[in-house]
Formats: sequence, C-alpha cells, structure tokens
Amino acid sequence: MAVTKNTSAIKNPPKHLLGIQNLSIQEAKKILEEAKAFIKLNRSSSKKLDILRGKTQINLFFEPSTRTQSSFDLAGKRLGADVMSMNMATSALSKGETIMDTAMTLNAMHPDVIVIRHQDSGAPNLLSQKVNCTVINAGDGRREHPTQALLDALTIINRKGKIEGLKIAICGDILHSRVARSNIYLMTMLGAEVNVIAPKTLMPSSVEKLGVKSFTDMKKGLDGCDIVMMLRLQNERMQGTFLPSKREYYEFFGLTPEKLKYASKDALIMHPGPMNRGVEIDTKLADDINVSLVKEQVELGVAVRMACLKLYCK
Amino acid sequence: MSEKILINARIIDPSQNMDEKGSVIIDSNGKIKSIGKNIKQKDASSKAEIIDIKNNILIPGIIDMKAFVGEPGYEYKENFRTLTQAALAGGVTSIVTMPNTKPLIDNVSMVDFIIRRGRDKSSINLYPCATLTRELSGTQMSEFGLLSAKGIIGFSDVTKTIQNTETMAKIMDYASDLGVLIMQHAEDFDLSKNGCINEGEVSTRLGLGGISYIAEKIIIERDLTLLDEFPCRYHINQISSKQSLGVIEQNKQKGKKFSVGVSINNLSLNENDIGDFKTFLKLSPPLRLEEDRIALVEGIKSGLIDVIVSDHRPEDEESKRLPFAQAAVGSIGIETLLPLALELYHNESLTLNKIIETLTCNPAKILKIKKGTLKVGSDADICVFDLNTPWVVKAENLKSKSKNTAIEDRKLQGKVMMTFLNGNLAYKI
Repeated sequence: MAVTKNTSAIKNPPKHLLGIQNLSIQEAKKILEEAKAFIKLNRSSSKKLDILRGKTQINLFFEPSTRTQSSFDLAGKRLGADVMSMNMATSALSKGETIMDTAMTLNAMHPDVIVIRHQDSGAPNLLSQKVNCTVINAGDGRREHPTQALLDALTIINRKGKIEGLKIAICGDILHSRVARSNIYLMTMLGAEVNVIAPKTLMPSSVEKLGVKSFTDMKKGLDGCDIVMMLRLQNERMQGTFLPSKREYYEFFGLTPEKLKYASKDALIMHPGPMNRGVEIDTKLADDINVSLVKEQVELGVAVRMACLKLYCK
Repeated sequence: MSEKILINARIIDPSQNMDEKGSVIIDSNGKIKSIGKNIKQKDASSKAEIIDIKNNILIPGIIDMKAFVGEPGYEYKENFRTLTQAALAGGVTSIVTMPNTKPLIDNVSMVDFIIRRGRDKSSINLYPCATLTRELSGTQMSEFGLLSAKGIIGFSDVTKTIQNTETMAKIMDYASDLGVLIMQHAEDFDLSKNGCINEGEVSTRLGLGGISYIAEKIIIERDLTLLDEFPCRYHINQISSKQSLGVIEQNKQKGKKFSVGVSINNLSLNENDIGDFKTFLKLSPPLRLEEDRIALVEGIKSGLIDVIVSDHRPEDEESKRLPFAQAAVGSIGIETLLPLALELYHNESLTLNKIIETLTCNPAKILKIKKGTLKVGSDADICVFDLNTPWVVKAENLKSKSKNTAIEDRKLQGKVMMTFLNGNLAYKI
C-alpha cells in the first residue's frame, strides 16, 4: 500500500498556491482566464458544478476571517467538493498542539486541498512540506494573500479591460499588509506601474526593491493613478507607536473626495475589507457605486477561488 | 604516558609567530617539551611514540568562546559527552560554556555542579560562564567575586542584554574593581522586538519582522561610552553589521581597551541564505547583508574583531519545525567551526595565520588562560588538520546531539584529522 502511494506522490506531486512570488506570469494569467468563466456561472440561478466531486477541501483558519473563509467555502461547494471549515482559534491548538501536529492529523484524513490562513508568515510553506495534498494560502502573517491579489486583478480587468499600462496606487498600512505585498508582485508582473503611499512608520524597509515607487504624500502618490487601493490600518498587528492618532492619519492618508481628485479622473477605488470608515476612507466614497469596486471585489473573489481550486486541486 | 614526537608537521602557532615545517615533542606530563623546525627525531627519547603528521597543519587546540552545553536541563539537545565529541571532531579543545541552562548558572552551588559534571563527563577544557545578572533578570548583578573564586571565567546573559543603562554602569563599575570579564550580547530589545531576521528587502518579502542594525549599534555605543568611566574587561560576544564595526573602529582608535567576537555564521552566510524560511538560519544576531559579511571579514583582517566563535546552539527538531517567527534561534557549529573558517582562506579573504590567531591565542588572551599556544611548557592541546580534503556537510554525520546545522550540504575544504588533549590523542579521523 505504502509503495503505491509513494510512487503516485512522485509521479504527481501536489501543486501549491503559496504566493504570487512563486507564480509565473502564465500561471497567473491562466487563473484569471479560468476565473472569468465562473463570473457568469455565479450570477446564474444554477451554480453547482461537479468538477471537484469526490474531493475533500479543508479550510484551516487560524485567524478569524469572514469574507475569505466564506468565499473559499462557497467556491469549493460550487465546484462540488466536500468542504470542511475549521476554526482553529477554538480547537486543539489551544491545548498546546502545534500547527504541524494539526496538519499531520488532518493529512491522515486524506484531504485533496487544504486552504490555510495563519498569523505567521511562512506557515503555509511549512505546511506544504509536510502534507501530501495541495495547499492554498489564504493569507499568512504579513507575507502574502495571493487569492486577494488575483481577485483584485480580475476586478480591474473586468472594469478597465487590462492591467498592463495602468497606474495603481496602494495606500495605507503597507508594513503590516499581505494584501499590499501580493498586489505589488502581481500588478507589477502584469505590467502595471505601482505607487505605494504610507506614512514612513508604516512603510516596509527597502520596499522600492519590490519594483514600486514609494510616497508619503497622497497628492504626489495618487497623481495620474487609475486605481486606488486602500488598506485597513491593522491595529491588531501594531505593537508600539506608529502614528500619533487616527485623526491625524485620516487628515493625511484618509481617502476623501478631495484627495481622490489627485488621481486620474476616472479612477476607481478598491479595498480588501474590512473597512474602517472615517479612518482610511470617507464613508460616502466607500459606498459610491460609481467609483467604489468594493462589492465587485467580493463577488469576483468567489470566481477567482473557484479557478484556483479547479487548477490546483486536480 | 610516554613521550611523543609528532613529526612532519607544518606548525602554525601565531602566539610565537611560527609557521614552519618541523616536529613537536610532548613530554610524559602532556606538556610541550620542544617545538619547531630544528627539532629532529633523535631529539626525542628512544622510547618516544612517533606520530607522523604527514605534512598536515598542526596548530594549538581551538578555543571556542561561545557554546551552549544543554546540561543541566536541556540534555535532550546536547550533553557534555556529545558536545565533547563534536568539539574534538572540530579540533576544539577548550570551550567557554554559556550559563543559560535550567537551572541557570547564577549561583555558587550551580558552579560546583557544572564543574564536577563537566569533569566527570568531558575530557576537554571547560570554562563555564555565569549569568551577568541573577535569573537573567537584567537588574540584579550576579555575585561576581564569589562566582569567580569558584572558577567562573566570565559573565554573560548570553542572548539577553542589560537594557537599563544605570544597571550596566553599576555592573561595569563593580566589575572594573574585581577585574572580571563582562561579555555583552548587544541588542536593544525595544528596537528588536517582534523581529527575527535582518530588516531589509528579505524581511519585507518574507513578511517577517526585521531587526535593524541600530539595535546592536546603540548598545555598543552606550557600553563603550560607559567604558570611559568604568574601564572593566569588556567583551562584545558577537557583532553582525558594518555599522557596529564603525563604532568599534572609532573607539579602538581612541585607545579604549575591549574585545570583540563574531560568529562564523555571520562571516560565511548572509540573509539571502534564509531562502524559503529555513529556520536553521534563524540566528541571533541575525544574518545580514553581503556587504555586512564582507565588512566583518575585513574587521578580522584589520584586527578590529578579535575572535571567531561557533555560537553553537543545539536545538531539537520540534523547536525548529515551526513557523519562522515561533522557531527557536540558533544553529550548531562547533564541529564545523574550523572547516568553515578555512573557507575564508580558500577564497582568499583571510590568511591562515589570521584565522588561527582568532581561534587560539586571541581568545586565550581575552580569557587570560594559558591555552591557545604551543610554547614550550604549555599543555599539549593540539589540532591537526588537512587543509585541502573536500567534504560535504551532512547533519546526520555530525556528532552533536541536535542536527540544526546552518550549513547543510555545504561543500567545504579542510578537515580535522587529529586532536590531542594534554598530549593524548583524543580524536582521530
């Protein structure tokens, strides 16, 4: 038995989606192409396919999540997989079991894909070394959130037709943001020019080496941008003092209709959620369907995750 | 024990500026009787045991100023027996052991225990450190006088730094009177908190908290300022950045007396080697940029850095097989200390003499011990190595109980062939 299993593992090692950094441009485009087909399906009344029938998907969430977890949940179900979501905040991990023990336990149940979110950067990489199924990263620490970047790309393509040649601003708490990192890698790979805007204390070290320009001034950073991605202030990850106050932050870095005028006149706003209204974004702006893509991002998120599951969980 | 003569050796002993082909005669008490190019086989007694060194290099036994034993409390990571085997296989004959065991070496009865235990279980020379502050609290200084009288060689909080400037000033003031050696780990914890690797592009890409070079530099600057007022025997365990080196240079130019160490890891690796979250390369101080590594090598060359240490920190697999931020810090290295240092000779960064100096007579000078030399009359602690043997590091072949080497699969050139302790052959390949 063991021999057969080993041979098959060598023949067909599982593919993992650990981050945009490990992705080739062809792979990224293939996911986006695949996802386009699912947009229509998700809007129809009959949404169920049987592509993943008989497959088992485990959602292993070590950090609380609403939209990503439900999005992966729905995506798996719509493809016909059996989906189990585990909220690890309340499980054996609090009894002292390590992430590796948990992984091995679940691995013994022969899942076909594990979708993991973890507060530590690199946790999905570690997991992927130890299990013999596909691992999909649903966000690790401040490192990567690949499906978020992919859904952002799909949303932009859906509205603007392309990414190449666009100017994209990512604004806010870049330091603590995995969304920012994945988006930087993906958008630059797909040919966009990326500006990151943040107060100096929330800007990661050597960020320019990732191929972006960095700004501390919204006016300069937003100049001519087609897309403005706002990020949440991740207070839960902040230890020590980074900012004087939320009020001062909003004054200089909060997106208001006035500041949006610095960007290109048909600029669109994105936000990965959850939003702190009145901290990083003006509440009316966030709900303005003419400029805000927030709802569309959530909608297309399901399509992107379906595409990822389909392509990686064979 | 009978007299021995080691013939056909290339003897390198920086303590007496010796680099020559010759022989060494070891007397029946395990001391060096005579040494050098003029010694012939006939100078030894007729009964003397003859050992052919076969033109390999013969140097004083290596002194490693920073290694962790594991006893008491962490025997599952390393014990005296396994550490000794690893050390001898690396040509190391003297070790300064770190006090962060469980319980800590911070009181007189623990010193008695550790010395007795070391004597029973280990054949090499062990020089135990005690903690700089009681319970590693960083507040109450240890009993320097009483502990020194019991045989403690120096005082260090190992991975912790005295954060409070007043406490550090008092420690240095008190220590200057007693003449005890203070060994500081330089890291400002407020600046380094949440960090686990060098702050820069790699930490940004891996999404890990970074430790800026400032955390190290600022403590060195503070301590060297205090040293003006309180001239104690002060040693910085390990430095990692070119900025720290800059501060050291300025202060040494002013004539201040202190000593500096560096880990072989920081001389041989940089932050890019961490790759895809290799936790065995999670070190403290962290691996930094290639330009820092080059600066540190230059620091050895110019004499700003006095010693190279292994910073041997055995960790079991469980404490390393965790997400990077949670994984334990450190790597083993005592067995590969010399072979990895020889890489710096083979790539023409340093001379052999310089490398050996930092591993033998320099640490002896700092520690004020009669080791690290082959002068007539000294203990015949000797390491013999082949400069050119190529080999590949495989954790499974290393003698340490823990297998967390930072240089798995590295191709090295040069290997220890024999190690003598007090004239006795204690290791042979």
